[in-house]
Amino acid sequence: MTRIGRWLPALVALTLPLWLSTYHLHVAIMAGIFGVLALSLNLLLGYTGQLSLGHAAFFGIGAYTSALLTLRLEWSFWPALAAAMALAGAAGWFVGRLSLKLRGAYFVLVTISFAGVISLVSVNWIELTNGPLGLPGVPAPELGPWSLRTKSAYYYLVLAAVALCYAVCRRLVNSRIGRAFVALRENEPLAESVGVEVTHYLVVAAVVSAAMAGLGGSLYAHYTRFVSPEVFLFTYTVTMVIMVVAGGKGTLAGPLVGAVLFTVLPETLRAVASWQWQMLAYGLLLVLLLFFLPRGIVPQISAYIAGRPRSDPGARAPSP
Amino acid sequence: MDQLLQHLVNGLVLGGTYALLGIGLTLIFGLMNVVNFAHGEFYTLGAYVAFAALGWAGVDFFVAVLAAIAAGAALGWVCEVTLLRPLRGESIDTTMLVMIGVWIVMQNAELLAWGGVAKSIPHPFPTAPLVLGPVAIAPLRLFVLVLAAALIAASWLLIQKTKLGRAMRATFQDRDTAALMGVGIGRIHAATFALGSGLAAAAGALLGPVFLAYPSMGDLASLKAFCVVILGGLGNLPGATLGGLLLGIAEEFGAGYISSGYRDAVGFVIIILVLLFRPSGLFARQERIA
Repeated sequence: MTRIGRWLPALVALTLPLWLSTYHLHVAIMAGIFGVLALSLNLLLGYTGQLSLGHAAFFGIGAYTSALLTLRLEWSFWPALAAAMALAGAAGWFVGRLSLKLRGAYFVLVTISFAGVISLVSVNWIELTNGPLGLPGVPAPELGPWSLRTKSAYYYLVLAAVALCYAVCRRLVNSRIGRAFVALRENEPLAESVGVEVTHYLVVAAVVSAAMAGLGGSLYAHYTRFVSPEVFLFTYTVTMVIMVVAGGKGTLAGPLVGAVLFTVLPETLRAVASWQWQMLAYGLLLVLLLFFLPRGIVPQISAYIAGRPRSDPGARAPSP
Repeated sequence: MDQLLQHLVNGLVLGGTYALLGIGLTLIFGLMNVVNFAHGEFYTLGAYVAFAALGWAGVDFFVAVLAAIAAGAALGWVCEVTLLRPLRGESIDTTMLVMIGVWIVMQNAELLAWGGVAKSIPHPFPTAPLVLGPVAIAPLRLFVLVLAAALIAASWLLIQKTKLGRAMRATFQDRDTAALMGVGIGRIHAATFALGSGLAAAAGALLGPVFLAYPSMGDLASLKAFCVVILGGLGNLPGATLGGLLLGIAEEFGAGYISSGYRDAVGFVIIILVLLFRPSGLFARQERIA
């Protein structure tokens, strides 16, 4: 049961381009990019318990860095991707260092303000960013002699990125560092008293999370081939938050489930409901989830499986 | 020098409404421990109620502001009773996420109801500015400043002099002891949220005619309200008033002397700086809500 549960999604993900139309593949690619973003937000929100409402800033920094380096300096995709992650990570370090004494609502406000300033810079620093008009013509990535221009090639690139981020999160969470994160989330004074260095671990979480969001931004820029200040829209941050909360914060699979659900769902609804109605439904859904499914989908399902008789004891452990 | 005075006056007008926004939020934040990200939506609501009252019903501006306050307070009360009351005792993160949900719902409902095009709110004042020496001020702006000051004074009196205000102060200081002394906490929370939302709606009704009404106008209003709360300190009413005026003046100076494109960055930078260097606010004392 658990083995099938583990391998079936991987098999489906790997063969997706064989049986999906181009349009559906586009949805899958967006789900993958949002999967990276949701995994990144989950590191902070789910494991250290700090809500960042400025994650669109790291996403946008990644997108702009990658686009500007390939457009203006004619770097190729891979070093630009690395630079996007590095710069977003540096921004994460900066925000983490700035706000290390702040918790809860105050942390949220610093992250929002940071995103607000960055967004205003992207609109007003016209020489660098071309202002509200944005940067068209971001080149498609290349891998050796192949251009990853087609949807299925890009899909595999995004899939690899999701797998990489998942592996990094898994490794991190199951390590000493991850245990320190959870200890901080559950009881900060206690964690501190047994020698967990709060500042250090919060900054580590912020840097890794921001770099991952930067990776998502770079992938987004080279996929849509266009970057504008809209990448800083608060909608992106809200979408990430809903994905993490709905899927199950503090679980590894939760953000991915949330990302797939909340990319596929709006696309399916697109035919029947306008964008505003969808956003309205998003808001309602967020409230309803908090009332009726506060832990998220994945923990609820694993609790259900663990609660059933005849299931093997291995499934009893809280799902990774 | 002339310019300086002019910026100062413009800053005061803006600052007065920011203070209204900030007072509402600081009460809700301080007393209920709810981070109300939907605060700006009540500001938007106030602006649209004023638009409907002035543009369609053609009532007096003064009546329009009162209608906006009533609508904001009523919706705030409903919000508290249906959404926040069942979640009392939950973590601050849960209520914050719920209020983010309310924010999204209200903003998109406004977008669906009114359309995305910005609406200019008609007002009965002459457009020719009053000139006082080096300073020119539109009669509308003067009215906004006076009414904002009156509303701030009224909330101050409500909290200092009435029985309800005393119960609110008691709840702020120590919720459990206040409850033991017979203060109905549920009622106080509902009243606080209604008061805060009503003040936000008043700010929207006052500033709406100065600028324009559009569905996403509340986003920046929320952030500015938070900036004011942070400047003034949690639950600190005079702090919020001073913080509001300070933010309004700082924005006018920033727009006038640095770059108008970065006007809204002033608030963000203030939030970051104050939280870093004086997290308890500029006018911090230990006891609050007075």
